[in-house]
Amino acid sequence: MTGGPIGAIRARPVHTRILGSRRSGLSVRVHTRSCLVAGVLVALILVVSAVILTTGDYPISLRDAIPAIVGRGNGAAQFIVTTLRLPRLLTGLLVGVALGVGGAVFQSLSRNPLGSPDIVGFDTGAATGALLVILVLHGTMFQIAAGSVLGGVATALLVYLLAVRRGVQGYRLILVGIGAAAMLSSVNSYLLTRADITDAQTAAVWLTGSLNGRGWEHVRPVAIALAVLLPLACLLGRELRMLELGDDTARALGVRAERTRLASVVVGVGLTAIATASAGPIAFVALAAPQIARRLTAVPGPNVLPSALVGALVLSASDLAAQRAFAPTQLPVGVATGVIGGVYLVWLLARQWRRGHG
Amino acid sequence: MSRLRAEHVELAYDQRTIVRDLDVTIPDQSFTVIVGANGCGKSTLLRGLARMLTPRAGAVLLDGQQIRSLPSKEVARRLGLLPQGPIAPDGITVSDLVGRGRYPHQGLLRQWSPNDELAVTDAMTATGITELADRYVDELSGGQRQRVWLAMALAQQTPIMLLDEPTTFLDIAHQIDVLDLCRDLHERGGRTLILVLHDLNHACRYATHLIAMRQGRIIAEGGPGEIVTAELVEQVFGLRCRIITDPESGTPLVVPAVRRPGGAHPDGISPDGGSYVR
Repeated sequence: MTGGPIGAIRARPVHTRILGSRRSGLSVRVHTRSCLVAGVLVALILVVSAVILTTGDYPISLRDAIPAIVGRGNGAAQFIVTTLRLPRLLTGLLVGVALGVGGAVFQSLSRNPLGSPDIVGFDTGAATGALLVILVLHGTMFQIAAGSVLGGVATALLVYLLAVRRGVQGYRLILVGIGAAAMLSSVNSYLLTRADITDAQTAAVWLTGSLNGRGWEHVRPVAIALAVLLPLACLLGRELRMLELGDDTARALGVRAERTRLASVVVGVGLTAIATASAGPIAFVALAAPQIARRLTAVPGPNVLPSALVGALVLSASDLAAQRAFAPTQLPVGVATGVIGGVYLVWLLARQWRRGHG
Repeated sequence: MSRLRAEHVELAYDQRTIVRDLDVTIPDQSFTVIVGANGCGKSTLLRGLARMLTPRAGAVLLDGQQIRSLPSKEVARRLGLLPQGPIAPDGITVSDLVGRGRYPHQGLLRQWSPNDELAVTDAMTATGITELADRYVDELSGGQRQRVWLAMALAQQTPIMLLDEPTTFLDIAHQIDVLDLCRDLHERGGRTLILVLHDLNHACRYATHLIAMRQGRIIAEGGPGEIVTAELVEQVFGLRCRIITDPESGTPLVVPAVRRPGGAHPDGISPDGGSYVR
């Protein structure tokens, strides 16, 4: 939606369609371009999913794979799809959604693209929690996940409390967050230097973020968390859009600013924590997905659903690349997200800066 | 009965009390302008009236009810505020920004209706920005941007509108442009407008009701022609001046006294023989 020719008189000032009926009192404005973008993203996610399910050491044709998904496949295909590939794919997609939405919520709150959870220290805090469990308590996978959630939430709480002062200001949140991240990452380094080699290796893989060996026991918690948090994030999206106008304007228009902010922090931290617990602190998705989504839809605001779809696409595509590019060695997905998300974001920003819109 | 008034309000930021025990009644359908020196509490009073600041004591009453006890959206359908220096999100278009003024009229199920569409179109027509609908707000000039914000406040369709220094950062032509627009809105819609303005001459020219503040108190209020005197200006701004009649509008015009180099001229005697108030 680039600016139309000046002086063109338009019948309708907004590029939208209105759906609904007068009698039911239900009416929703549909942004045409956002719907198009969502459609394309869903199609791409399906393509990537199909490739992930059908390729690998044991290629399976799509005709065998689809019955296997619904539980009517034959022998080997059934096992490979439902036990190995599908849970990993679903974990990736769901974690991508959680990261994308968590990032969108925080960037909107701080009115700054750098306000994403991976920049302001939640991921570093989650890593500290996980490292303590791996290296000090020698815990199980479940305990590691719990440790990372605790670490992330504690860091988020600390950063928020330090940054809050008659409303959170974007820069305060980011600066306090970067400070906290710096401190925690030295704690992490210290912990790693004191670890023995096998523990250190487990920790290093976890720290990069990986989807290797993810089964249904990983899918379930993320799915449940998303079923609760995603609708909440969508509801908050309307208020967050208004808060981006500044506290005074939003409050003058009837938004309960403090309540919205607190609820958004809780939802954002929840999404980020569950993503980190499932796949480790995967870099860059929370930062890049909302920015990519926003530039695709050309609509300001948190863009909750487009961010969710971009997050899922980036993470699943990255996992595909990480699995296949250096086969048989499987790279942790975090290595690929940085490259794929990063390259795309840089390209988008460079293109838009040249046109004059950052 | 006036729709908006304040009774014995005390307004404070943290420990700093700005306004103490203040009573004010905004005449319905007036073009009220609040003036005063920097730091006199005029913006604070406006923020108090717009429920941006909770009074430490006393109450702001909207239609006879405590404004704090009313649901926020309900208030936003009756009373709108354009704050000082509002923030436009990056990459927002003019029509999108104006449309956000409809928020208090929308709900979870009723997100965008033909009424909203009409209000936005009307607001953009009234402010003369229809042609800018698809432009990005951040590429507009200051004057155009202020019109866009006015359109947003207008789309809110409130009978009472509060504007906090809407002319700051604009050149003189655009200041007059914005104020003329406010006068149009006032005359056409039967709205109550409450503005904080820096420029006393602008205030005199446009206000139907003037409120002069000093150190958190109202020291005079009424029609500009009735209350603006050299004594008042001296009292409010600490400025020696003469008041003449604006040849364009017939309203009071403040002409500051000339300070001679090397000290003041003989007390109370102006160069042309008129007398200043001391």
